[in-house]
Amino acid sequence: MGKLLSEEVKERKSGAVARIYQWVDERLGLSEVIELAKKKEVPEHRHSFWYYWGGITLFLFLVMCVTGVLLLVYYRPGDEAYESVRQITYDIKFGWLIRSTHSWAANLMIGAAFVHMFSAFFMRAYRKPREFTWWSGLVLLILAMVFGFSGYLLPMDELAYFATKVGLSIPAVIPVLGPWVADIIRGGPEITGFTVSRFFALHVVILPALFIPILIFHLILVQKHGMSVPDGEAKDVRTIPFFPNFAMRDLAIWLITLNVLALLAALFPWKLGAPADPLKPAPMDIHPEWYFMSSFQMLKIFGQLFPGAVGEFLGLAVFTLGLVLWFLIPFFDPKTEGGLRARATMYFGLFVLGVLVITTIWGYWALPSTK
Amino acid sequence: MSNQSETMGRIGGDEKGPESGDLMDRRGFITAVVGVVGACYAAAIGYPVYRYLASPVEEAMAAGAVKEVTLPKEAMDLPQNSALMFKFGTRPALLIRHEDGTYTAMSAICTHLGCTVTYEPDQKRVFCPCHSGVYDAVSGKNVAGPPPHPLERYEVEIRDGQIIVRRS
Repeated sequence: MGKLLSEEVKERKSGAVARIYQWVDERLGLSEVIELAKKKEVPEHRHSFWYYWGGITLFLFLVMCVTGVLLLVYYRPGDEAYESVRQITYDIKFGWLIRSTHSWAANLMIGAAFVHMFSAFFMRAYRKPREFTWWSGLVLLILAMVFGFSGYLLPMDELAYFATKVGLSIPAVIPVLGPWVADIIRGGPEITGFTVSRFFALHVVILPALFIPILIFHLILVQKHGMSVPDGEAKDVRTIPFFPNFAMRDLAIWLITLNVLALLAALFPWKLGAPADPLKPAPMDIHPEWYFMSSFQMLKIFGQLFPGAVGEFLGLAVFTLGLVLWFLIPFFDPKTEGGLRARATMYFGLFVLGVLVITTIWGYWALPSTK
Repeated sequence: MSNQSETMGRIGGDEKGPESGDLMDRRGFITAVVGVVGACYAAAIGYPVYRYLASPVEEAMAAGAVKEVTLPKEAMDLPQNSALMFKFGTRPALLIRHEDGTYTAMSAICTHLGCTVTYEPDQKRVFCPCHSGVYDAVSGKNVAGPPPHPLERYEVEIRDGQIIVRRS
């Protein structure tokens, strides 16, 4: 009797759920999306592992959005910036964890985006018809790095202060417009509460307003063109359904990412240094975040080779040239069969990767505190 | 995939058998495990986020849990038929000195919708400007307008030339 009753309740429930689903479906067309997801196939081959890095980057971006909104609850830009971050870190319950998660997620996100970019590069996923996916991805990575740069100053501790001071002196070497641009970004000749307010507006309003539409564009293109299959795997490639097979694997990898992030954030909480003091000398081991370390070190090398502003200007010119070439790769290597240009592109990619890795390691090795 | 799941689903017992409703098959077990693990993750994320957001509330509750407040010495100089606003913990309160020289202390938060009330010396009443609520200046009783309850009264004691207000 009890069993019959419970079955009856279950049936009624499922009937109610079905009716609600139908009501929503008639208005939003959910069934069409589900049908589309059922038909969608993802190629599977020995390089499939690299397909997950875009998803990891997206997941970390979502974590950053959530933790960023939570930090906004207590963060106060301007002259109170340091005090508010001190409160978040030491006074507010679990504030240290939210801040640490935000900072770690930022670093992991940029790391994942780099892996995603280089894997797309070496699998030649920039070729027709995915040129716009490549370009939008590069713009997203650049914006993510600007996110990182602007977020780095917000606690206004001494390392953030001096790293931003150094970072903003780079555009100042651009002839004619450089010093004016740097002053406008800083809100004056020095880094003050005005700079923090500007960077805050950039970090929480302007950059998300640019980033999110480009991200949506990027994701739509990924859906439209599907996953790119590398040359060597193109023949008789096996596919798996996107839903549930690929989606479940993606979810599992998100879960692993979440666990790694939680461990890092809890075991290695992000530090807060002493408050910024313009009258104090810069700390000995002043350095930018790791993703700017390569350019930091290259500027140092150029500075030693060509003393004065010439070195910095040349360094900046080389970065700009490298970035332009990186953008133009789809035009240089448009063919799908391996040839001279394909090989040259591969060597160029390996060269760029090598330079980035070596100068980053060199940068850390050259820090006074590591000697 | 689905065929495999169906085959695996039968391992736990014959689905058509008489006991199929009671025995948990493999699919049911996995669903339950995923549900429990999901709930653990939700709790592990939700708890710190809740404590983070509730942090100032907890602090205010702790600060508001005071039982006694000593007013500054100037409170003794309060003229007759006038009032002084002060903080009892984190909340506003009212000390009234009546014409006969006696003191009354009460919460200054209107029991209707939480506006801060004021003492009107000309009418010798406590008045809430938001919705014209009126309280008795001696007892704190709600006497006119929408307030549903009296204002909370505090005890007043004068000790060593200072006024001490405490929760009754």
